[in-house]
Amino acid sequence: MKKIVALMLALVMVFALVACGTEPKKDIHAKGEGVMTYAQYEAAAMDSEVVVETFVQAKQGWWEKDGVGVATLYTQDKDGAYFLYNMPCSKEDYDKMVTGTKLKVTGFKSTWDGEIEIIDATYEILEGNYVAEPIDVTDLLGKAELEKKMNMFASFKGLTIEASNDEGAAFLYKWNGTGQDGDDLYFNASLNGETYTFCVESYLCGKDTDVYKAVKALKVGDKVDMEGFLYWYNGAQPHITSVK
Amino acid sequence: MMKKVLALLLVCVSVFSLVACHGKRQNPEFVMPETFDAEKQHEITFWAKNDTNVHQVQVYEKAIEDFEALYPNVKVQLRLYTDYGVIYNDVITNIATNTTPNVCITYPDHIATYITGTNCVVPLDVLMNDPSYGLGGSALAFDGPTKEELVPQFLEECKIGDTYFALPFMRSTEACYVNATYLEKLGYTLPEVLTWDFVWEVSEAAAKKDEEGTYLLNGQKVLLPFIYKSTDNMMIQYLRQCGAGYSTDAGDVEIFNETTNAFLADIAKHVEAGAFSTFKIAGYPANFLNAGQCVFAVDSTAGATWMGSDAPLIDISEDRLVDFEIAVLPIPQIDPENPVMISQGPSVCVFNKEDPQEVLASWLFTQFLLTNDVQIGYSSTEGYAPVTLKAQQDEKYTTYIANRGVDNDEHYSVKIDATNLLTKYTENTFVTPVFNGSTSLRNAAGQMIENVTKSVKRKQTVDDAYLEKLQQEVTALYRLDQLSAGSVGQGSLGKLPTEAVALLGVLGAVWVFLALYFVIGQLRAKRRKNGKNS
Repeated sequence: MKKIVALMLALVMVFALVACGTEPKKDIHAKGEGVMTYAQYEAAAMDSEVVVETFVQAKQGWWEKDGVGVATLYTQDKDGAYFLYNMPCSKEDYDKMVTGTKLKVTGFKSTWDGEIEIIDATYEILEGNYVAEPIDVTDLLGKAELEKKMNMFASFKGLTIEASNDEGAAFLYKWNGTGQDGDDLYFNASLNGETYTFCVESYLCGKDTDVYKAVKALKVGDKVDMEGFLYWYNGAQPHITSVK
Repeated sequence: MMKKVLALLLVCVSVFSLVACHGKRQNPEFVMPETFDAEKQHEITFWAKNDTNVHQVQVYEKAIEDFEALYPNVKVQLRLYTDYGVIYNDVITNIATNTTPNVCITYPDHIATYITGTNCVVPLDVLMNDPSYGLGGSALAFDGPTKEELVPQFLEECKIGDTYFALPFMRSTEACYVNATYLEKLGYTLPEVLTWDFVWEVSEAAAKKDEEGTYLLNGQKVLLPFIYKSTDNMMIQYLRQCGAGYSTDAGDVEIFNETTNAFLADIAKHVEAGAFSTFKIAGYPANFLNAGQCVFAVDSTAGATWMGSDAPLIDISEDRLVDFEIAVLPIPQIDPENPVMISQGPSVCVFNKEDPQEVLASWLFTQFLLTNDVQIGYSSTEGYAPVTLKAQQDEKYTTYIANRGVDNDEHYSVKIDATNLLTKYTENTFVTPVFNGSTSLRNAAGQMIENVTKSVKRKQTVDDAYLEKLQQEVTALYRLDQLSAGSVGQGSLGKLPTEAVALLGVLGAVWVFLALYFVIGQLRAKRRKNGKNS
């Protein structure tokens, strides 16, 4: 009997240890109560209230608007992206937000010249971290399906740099060359005979960043692979974060 | 021991005084030099605003080149901006460190804040009237306009109180760019001057959809019949047209009145009908107009080169462009017989510096911006009017206007129509009172329209209670309750810099310490005296 009891106790200990080692992992992508899936967000009407859980992928900037601190963030979950525009946010919280930080955001779905975004939002920083891998959208360039990937972290491979103006410049400061060093950079790149415009958004990637310097060093005819966020302004206008 | 502590505190005060003074030196009042020293080298900075228009940048660059050729001892560094708000913020930041530009494109509203700093902006009266270097002065190396050759109305807009603090550079107003093709399709005839009632009526008619949500007018899923770029102007002009209050010249806020509430309620009704939206909520009016998604687009005359199917500047893809006939009309009016519209556009101010010669160099450059080549060159880049009669009457300018429509670039018809609109109605323009805080009131005026529009789109109720709450919210947000009457040039400078707070704190502490030292000393002396006496 003693042997059986000892054996039972040993088994209990073993199971207990095994159980300790395999505590089920919390699914960071599981949506909380009242939180929309990306599909629900996508289906939500414009100007309706939306509640999403999402992960910061990049911070465009923090500034004061009418004396209130606001943050503009590129965020996404595993299914899709949410651009958070001018979200009231303290500088302290903004500094806490890093790539991967999980947020619960309540705001209004809105569109501005084609860009779908969440505005007038409030947020809560949650536990959890997710950094998205870039999704390759090269084959979707110029196609209607590209819009479905709006705001996502994306890659564009094997494009060729084209002239941005009649003088043959490889890039322009501001969209028409009226800017100066430190302003947004615009450049064209082609694939299969079609030319697309890309942008280095200066708030997201300023003049001291590698990508800003890399674009300034581009020559017409260079072959490039790029990564960036699929921002929209009357059509795709990717905000590029890396050029190789 | 006590003396040592006191000495240490005094040293601290001195150090803090020096620290606080660093970067916040106050310039002496500008005194006009008798002559301009052509041997002394100056590098002056010019912060300029353009409408993201490469031709405007070229005009600035040419002006600088020509000026430097006339005055080889002056080098002008150009810094380009595309947003008045950013210039304003940068100037405010640089006032604190006495690193303001020499010459700056600005709005009089902004100058009202700048001049709260002592001797920060140079009053221009003495400079303007100087017989040698003033407007049309005898010692100028260029043919600048006399004071009488400036459009009087535009010059008056640069006066704050009784003093000129700027010169006008360019002037524009707002225009309503109309898709005349759609108007006709809806069965309406284009009037010479639009009324608000007409615009609302047509806009509601345009907002009709079929069962699948497609607009009957354009066969698209998107149509914003009436879109307004600058909602602060929308409110300001409507109130002016109605003769309702906005603010007094002294800075008393009068915007919260029955006319404002009735207008907001009216806007709410039309938003609900799908007839109205704004730039901040939807996007650039020109993009919707050019895509056949708008009937009435109100924007600056200085945005005319973006308007229309043949516009030289287009921001949407070619496949989205819709061909239509465009008309340029004054903004909607209450009384079409007596149209009223805002006068706007950049002015130029000169910042004060320690060296009066540097200020004089800046003034010469400022005046140079009013010469005919610069005025005509810049005004022809957009729907701007030159601010001098001298330029407006110049043959080069009259030829430019007469060549309306000969091409879709320099002589783009919509652009020249927009310019003509301003020159035709110059007498009908107005500006709002300028005082320290007038920028906040302007923002509040627009914010109310934005909030009402957003709220209706979000299915919220806009009623009396909503409007009362809205009034409280914008009052708090823009601190309208802190705008004091008579605040022209004497308002608050805002939060004190950290160094100043520290200095004042130390000074206060020293005074407390001195008082304690004195009292304790007196008590000790008394004790000693009492001890001796006992």
